[in-house]
Amino acid sequence: MREDFGKALVTLGMELEELVVLDPDVSTSTRTCYFAERFPDRFLNVGISEQDMIGMAAGLASTGMLPIATGFAVFVVGRGWEQIRNTVARQKLNVKIAVTHSGLSDHGDGPSHQSVEDVALMRAIPNMTVVVPADGPSAAEALRASAYHRGPVYMRLGREGAPRVYLEGAELSLGAANLIREGSDATIIANGIMVSMALEAAELLAEEGLDVRVIDMHTVKPLDLGCLERAARETGAIVTAEEHSVIGGLGGAVSEALAELRPTAMRRIGVGDSFGTSSRTYWELLEAYGLTPKAIADATRSTVGRRI
Amino acid sequence: MEVNSGRITPLLSDVSERNGKPLSTLKLNAKILRELNLIRYREDSGGVELSELGRFVLDLLKEDYVREPERRAGDPTSRIPLGELTRRIGALRRRVLRMVEEAGSGHLSSSLSSLTIIATLYLAKMRHDPKNPGWELRDRFLLGKGHAAPALYAVLAECGYLPEGELSRLGCLGGLLQGHPEASIPGVDSASGSLGQCLSIANGMALSGKMRGMDYRVYVLLGDGELEEGQVWEAAMSSAKHRLDNLTAIVDRNGLQLTGPTEAVKPLEPLADKWRAFGWKVLEADGEDPRDILLALQEAEAVKGRPTVIIASTVRAGSSSRKGWRRGL
Repeated sequence: MREDFGKALVTLGMELEELVVLDPDVSTSTRTCYFAERFPDRFLNVGISEQDMIGMAAGLASTGMLPIATGFAVFVVGRGWEQIRNTVARQKLNVKIAVTHSGLSDHGDGPSHQSVEDVALMRAIPNMTVVVPADGPSAAEALRASAYHRGPVYMRLGREGAPRVYLEGAELSLGAANLIREGSDATIIANGIMVSMALEAAELLAEEGLDVRVIDMHTVKPLDLGCLERAARETGAIVTAEEHSVIGGLGGAVSEALAELRPTAMRRIGVGDSFGTSSRTYWELLEAYGLTPKAIADATRSTVGRRI
Repeated sequence: MEVNSGRITPLLSDVSERNGKPLSTLKLNAKILRELNLIRYREDSGGVELSELGRFVLDLLKEDYVREPERRAGDPTSRIPLGELTRRIGALRRRVLRMVEEAGSGHLSSSLSSLTIIATLYLAKMRHDPKNPGWELRDRFLLGKGHAAPALYAVLAECGYLPEGELSRLGCLGGLLQGHPEASIPGVDSASGSLGQCLSIANGMALSGKMRGMDYRVYVLLGDGELEEGQVWEAAMSSAKHRLDNLTAIVDRNGLQLTGPTEAVKPLEPLADKWRAFGWKVLEADGEDPRDILLALQEAEAVKGRPTVIIASTVRAGSSSRKGWRRGL
């Protein structure tokens, strides 16, 4: 995913001469190094100082540049949160915050480097758009859409490659969910790497005769309420799936919306109220935290049984 | 000196050489300090260290940092005559007092200590056009110590960015003037209010000017207490790295923060040395004298290849002089 991101940055850099990339000295990890190589004059290694980076991005944005502030999700959001809130979002500055190593994807580095709270933290900030792309091509599209969107955007990517969801190129419009599989018995609403798992879960359930809809809710804020309401009305059972805490992220956003719009039988798949942990491979970690197609399928089956 | 005197002789010789003071004088001084129990000779290495009492006395002495700065000679370039500037600052001072009184909240003393600096910048120095607040080539001003907002608002109104009447609605529900600067207020170049962030933002603006070949200057006013925020020093390194000579930081050195003297809460001194160590050109000025401020700003403008900070000593209301607070005023 970060590879696609790194390459997409270069492409956008060619299109938009006001685009500058800020990096807290992790460019080889986030793959902004490609941009640095191609556009050294528009690449700012700000040193290991996320707060300073966000402030600098704000100053650049308020004087006509298009800054993309990058880094690891947990550090940019965690350390830079108050700067993002008070300086970027409060002034609706045109700053894009694009992070990698989100969720559990930095498996080897352990809980200090993993980030399962960032979507909740960013979603709570007024004026902020929050987008979580499903795979490499949609990460590139999300970056493009963010760059052409006026205002602050938080874009969340993983460290690891994600299975391709969009085989023939992705289309992504901020705030408009992608309906990627039709179905009438239940709906799985996922984002990030969980979208590919949601599709697999739908396949498993199809074998049992359940016709399951899958929605890529890449934009967590603003949430596509139309698509959500339709899914609730037409299928009556909703399961969310995200590589994030079940508190405050996609599951939280969908629950909040449905509680008021249309109370619906629901389950949330995600990281429980806990930190991550180290593991040798990403996939074994996801499995340990119950982020699997099987877990999604089980939750969907039980939700169908609890339809209101 | 009965024991160990030989041990510190090399140290004293060194000090003597570096400072051009006779060794015998230093030895005598060392003896006296030791007899007064202000220093003691270390058992192990032959060095000298401060005693508890010595440390206490030094701390007391350090509080004497707010000194009358030496004023510069010469006549600054000013957009308006200095006499008029001084008179208008006097009127602004009364207005700020009224504003805070009417609003029933706001940091009065901190606003007043910044007022002369802000007014001098806007009325006599900065390139800006109140009829065109979004002018790309304007000089920028950021109020790091956002709690001095009343001073900024009064000056903006004086320039014509705001209708005078707006000032009496400071902090009103639905009003334009928020407790701390908001970008939606005409003439405000950056929101602030959370301490420690503006130097980073100013860096971005200055860098952007360099990247886009625009010759505007960026001014950022920092509170001295604000310097306790770590982000300021992250930013100070960035300004030096990018050689931002189009940036001038001004420290409002009033010596006080919310609960007491900065030197008691979290000592900043030696402050000039800190900035120098971070790669900045350091100037000192009398922050209550528009003439001296203007001369310092001019001097800062001439510095090439690195950022400049002006440590401006100021007076916080409630103290009748720079040292007033220490007399319990």
